Amino acid sequence: MGDDAIIRVRGLKNCFGEQIVHDNLDLDVRRGEILGVVGGSGTGKSVLMRSIIGLQTPAEGSVEVFGENMIGRDEHEAQRVRQRWGVLFQNGALFSTLTVAENVEVPIRQYYPNIDQTLLDEIAAYKVAMSGLSAEAGPKYPSELSGGMRKRAGLARALALDPQLLFLDEPTAGLDPIGAAAFDDLIHALKGTMRLTVFLITHDLDTLHAICDRVAVLADRQVIAVGTIPELLALDHPWIQEYFNGPRGRAAADTVARAQAQAEEGKPGMTH
Amino acid sequence: MNAPADFSLDGGTLRFTGAMTLSSIHDLPARLEAIDEQPAKIDLSGVDRIDTVGAWLIHRIVREGDVPVEGADEDAAELLAKVAAADQPLKIRPDPQPGFVRVLQETGDATYAAARSLIGLLGFFGATVIGFWGVIRHPRRFRGNAVAHQFEVVGVKALAIIGLMSFLIGIVIAQQGAVQLRQFGAEVFAINLIGRITLRELGVLMTAIMVAGRSGSAFAAQLGSMKLAEEVDAMRTIGVSPMEALVVPRVLASVLMMPLLGFYAAIIAMLGGGIFCWIDLDIPPITFVQRVREVVPITDLWVGLIKAPVFGLLIGISGCFQGMQVEGNAEEVGLRTTASVVQAIFLVIVLDAVFAVFFSSIGWI
Repeated sequence: MGDDAIIRVRGLKNCFGEQIVHDNLDLDVRRGEILGVVGGSGTGKSVLMRSIIGLQTPAEGSVEVFGENMIGRDEHEAQRVRQRWGVLFQNGALFSTLTVAENVEVPIRQYYPNIDQTLLDEIAAYKVAMSGLSAEAGPKYPSELSGGMRKRAGLARALALDPQLLFLDEPTAGLDPIGAAAFDDLIHALKGTMRLTVFLITHDLDTLHAICDRVAVLADRQVIAVGTIPELLALDHPWIQEYFNGPRGRAAADTVARAQAQAEEGKPGMTH
Repeated sequence: MNAPADFSLDGGTLRFTGAMTLSSIHDLPARLEAIDEQPAKIDLSGVDRIDTVGAWLIHRIVREGDVPVEGADEDAAELLAKVAAADQPLKIRPDPQPGFVRVLQETGDATYAAARSLIGLLGFFGATVIGFWGVIRHPRRFRGNAVAHQFEVVGVKALAIIGLMSFLIGIVIAQQGAVQLRQFGAEVFAINLIGRITLRELGVLMTAIMVAGRSGSAFAAQLGSMKLAEEVDAMRTIGVSPMEALVVPRVLASVLMMPLLGFYAAIIAMLGGGIFCWIDLDIPPITFVQRVREVVPITDLWVGLIKAPVFGLLIGISGCFQGMQVEGNAEEVGLRTTASVVQAIFLVIVLDAVFAVFFSSIGWI
């Protein structure tokens, strides 16, 4: 692996009072992959993400992002690393007093105050379009948007600085299946064009099958397994078996298999 | 690690070099703007890295004169295609209006909002009365625990701050009164001043302002955040009336607590005034009490006690009303909380003036 790991978490321990959420947790996220993070409710998926992005100071352990230690870092230096990543929070976390386009401009304004206003507006415009929002959404306030639009606007803001690393906290939760599939496609396409590495927390089995290169399973305060879905299926852990082989897991796997079969029929000669 | 973005223009070929990324473009956009010559083609072979912002800058030139791009590697070509596909005119914020029209519109909106708020308050008062009536008809729906809790929050927990405030106000009235009256050698009339003004006016009025700031705002914020979290809707769905479960206990608490707090405030203010008289004017407490009994008519107490529950009703209703009006986002909770305090204090003062005229005209002077 070596330099390949963009995020490296070692011996992470997080606790809230008496309750220990993580204990001696290790995790690597490789350059250019979409890593799905799954786990039952309360296993600390969001806490793990917050520890990596510096919103939660862990009790023990080290977190390295882009090869730089992130814990106990001077705020000024941490900002330099911070502008290389984007975060999409679960409910979008858009600034409610700003319009969608202004929300996208906030990170750019923060780090590049000298940028010319016309260019800034143009950048906001194409970012909004790239996130799959129509032009009418630009001057709207977050309270006027639907849940799916809010997530797309949040994604546009997360992508504002052309980050290399993207954190997504349950991006498809609360979306209808069509909207969720479109969002998956969008992330996959953006990952391709913008050379993104994606850390993706999800409960959505379809998302896991459709876009994740590897999946990390959180249970018993640790990452108990990391690998592709077939690799995970080969493991004999009751939670993993139930998760992927439960009725929902099977349905999602079937859908993907069918889609692949159709793709092969349509284009003979393609192996994937 | 990357060379900053740069360009050169020779023989109609615009050649970009370095990293065309947001972090390394610096003043490149401005310098690009400054060229007046239309390039015949663009060469990207010298570019090390490119991101969407770099691609956008190139797309701007391409868009203007349909300039061909050469030497773009696979990434750059894909990015160029992506930004071109995402090129759309977009408004950043809603269109601003001309100043004069905006002033007119805002005045109109404010007037309309004020009128609607008053009408809404009247409607809400009606709904509260119906809520009370429902509780009276079905006493089993009366929420004893919630009411007791509100008594504690509105009444008991306010004792310390209202006591401190009243004590200091009593001292201030005594001191200011004594300074003025001393000029006529009539310091002793400071006692009339303290006794009458605290029981009749200030005790209740200051308490009303404090309760509006402490509890009226809390009502608005609590109900507002419950409204945002759809708790109120959930109650309705289950069949619990929010008026009975949320509004009645709060309004009842403020109506019943206000007279008690107002009376308590008046007594503490007199205590403060009395202590000042004892220390500064050498009037012993026993004389102070005797004098108060002589000069303060019992009607002053009635005036205070009649006004207090009415003020409590106003505070409770405007707090709950504003809370129930919250819609949309968290910012609204703050606005409505402010509105509830302003509305409550305004109405309390207006009604206080009405009461003053009324009590004078029935001879309770």
